[in-house]
Amino acid sequence: MHGIGFDIAHLLAGSLVLVSLTMLYQDRLYALLNTYTLHAVVLGLAVAWQARLQDAPHLYITAAIALLFKAGIIPIALHRIVVRLGIHRAIETVSGIGTTMLAGIGLVGLSFAVMLRVTEGAALVAREDVAFALSVVLLGLLIMVTRRNAVSQVVGFMSLENGLILAAAGAQGMPLVVEISVAFSVLIAFIVIGVFLFRIRERFDTVDVRALDRFRGERR
Amino acid sequence: MNWFLAHDVLLVLSLPALAAVVLAVLPGYRLSARGNVAASLATLLAALALFVRHPAPGPYFLVDDLNIVFIVLNTFVGFTTSVFSATYIDHELQTGRLTPAYLRFYHAMYQVMMFGMNLALVVNNIGLMWVAIELATLATVLMVGIYRTHEALEAAWKYFILASVGIALALFGTILVYLAAAPVVGTGLQGMTWTVLVAHAGAFEPGLLSVAFIFLFLGYGTKVGLVPLHAWLPDAHAEGPTPISAVLSGLLLNVALYAVLRFKMLMAGNPHVIAAGPLMTTIGLVTLIFAAFMLYRRRDIKRLFAYSSIEHMGIIVFAFGMGGPLANFAGLLQMTMHSLTKSAIFFAVGHVAQAKGTQKIADIRGLTQSHPPLGWTLVVGVLAIAGMPPLGIFTSEFLLVSSTFARSPLLAVPLVFGLFLAFAALLLRLQGLAFGEPTGRMTPVGASYVPTFAHLALVAVAGVYLSPELVTWFQHVAGMLG
Repeated sequence: MHGIGFDIAHLLAGSLVLVSLTMLYQDRLYALLNTYTLHAVVLGLAVAWQARLQDAPHLYITAAIALLFKAGIIPIALHRIVVRLGIHRAIETVSGIGTTMLAGIGLVGLSFAVMLRVTEGAALVAREDVAFALSVVLLGLLIMVTRRNAVSQVVGFMSLENGLILAAAGAQGMPLVVEISVAFSVLIAFIVIGVFLFRIRERFDTVDVRALDRFRGERR
Repeated sequence: MNWFLAHDVLLVLSLPALAAVVLAVLPGYRLSARGNVAASLATLLAALALFVRHPAPGPYFLVDDLNIVFIVLNTFVGFTTSVFSATYIDHELQTGRLTPAYLRFYHAMYQVMMFGMNLALVVNNIGLMWVAIELATLATVLMVGIYRTHEALEAAWKYFILASVGIALALFGTILVYLAAAPVVGTGLQGMTWTVLVAHAGAFEPGLLSVAFIFLFLGYGTKVGLVPLHAWLPDAHAEGPTPISAVLSGLLLNVALYAVLRFKMLMAGNPHVIAAGPLMTTIGLVTLIFAAFMLYRRRDIKRLFAYSSIEHMGIIVFAFGMGGPLANFAGLLQMTMHSLTKSAIFFAVGHVAQAKGTQKIADIRGLTQSHPPLGWTLVVGVLAIAGMPPLGIFTSEFLLVSSTFARSPLLAVPLVFGLFLAFAALLLRLQGLAFGEPTGRMTPVGASYVPTFAHLALVAVAGVYLSPELVTWFQHVAGMLG
């Protein structure tokens, strides 16, 4: 028997996958950003619950970073960017939503089939967390390849990073050094992206990455 | 003096870190270019001191016979590239492609990148190694986009997205390694310390370790430039400043390769995991043959040599995948020779692009007539990279082909096919570039030839004579790799 602790961990990590799946079919930028905020909140809760389960206070810091930085500062900043660029209209997806959802479900099934098989020796909470985390990572990749808009690709990438944090939090006693560095890298990565978005705007007057594709190096 | 030796690892790291801060505030681009050279030279000296006396492996840093090869190569090419860059950037300022403010940023980022790469090489913790590689990647992303043209932005964005995905997969693999290790070596820092991991690798859960390796190989393999995740590499090489192309090809690819090798050694310690070798040989061969075909269709000179880098990374990964003393030896030699030759070629290509004002192969003709020293340097460099005897790369490719023939002749067939394909493509392009009637602009070359000559001289010497000490050294490392 697992007890309530396991159930809650299971619920929170599972919700993260669910939110990832809902991100797949958001066809408006604002809605996508709001869903991402929810994603980050769920991640914060899941990490905080892991901190309680493992009695690892340093994980609370990771949870706080998720809540403050990812569910707070980043969505607000992205909202501002979207407003400033005037691109709050619909974003089209490359393939149909139905196909994308089916692919997403397939990826979740795949990650469970792989991870549960190879982690038989590990604790059950860790096993489930890693399987859920891989699903979130793969769904993040799927979001990135089905979007053409630079901002939504960034959102896809950040949801992918959330999956990584879930995996790191689920691994019992993973050193603090790594978690801080992970959060820090996300910060740097975000700054870089921000710089790029503005440069793209300056040069192309659009953040649709298809505008970038026109400048294929060798077909000038 | 003793203190100096004891803290040498810290010097290799703190020199570039300090230099990055100083160069970020230093006014005047001439001064900062010199500062860049001085800092790179000091780091090289510190690395050579490490070579003389290895410190004992600690919980954070590890200097062994494997990574010292990488560290010395890294700091050496870092130094020569800084010399090249110091003479190169004058021209970029004159043509208005860069402003003094951007140059200050460029020099600071150069040192940040060197710091990231050195950290990735000396650190004894797989998590910190990941952070360091990410840092080096982010620094190079900014450098690739520094010209802010359409093409540079596209290249930087593509590089950033693909590298981030690769790096995210590598982090997932790192977490899985920790999960596999934690039940055996205990939780906490132990589970991420490479020396501890490799000592206990035999007891890890094999399934988990296998999945972890696949993620790590895919993730770091993206940074090595392996097909099918190579798409960032030609763009990033072609659109960034030439010194950065030289550093990307000569160093950053090696650092990612080093990470793959470390994890391969981990896998070798566990008899029940999937074999890393066949995975690496397959991807290596696919990369080699794909890149060799792509060489024929290139119209941009920097892209041509970027694809040649992909091709060589394929060969090197194939060599390490074959394993065994001879193939590993060939892989190490090939890697060293490729770093030296390819950065020399990029130095020469930088001169060509400045002299001709274009990177289009069709617009560059008859270099041996219009710019004899430059043209002939390029000829020697391309012959070396194509694997002509008696230059260094011929030695390593010969070793690799003969050991492959001896062990699995069937694999040698596609290997030799790919090598000949690439050889022919490079000679075909070289003929147009170097010979015939000169066309286009005839501006004389302003930048210094010294780094190019130094690299090519080393490659030429290595082709005819490898000192016995070096051979025993490489043999020892080849043995370590298993």
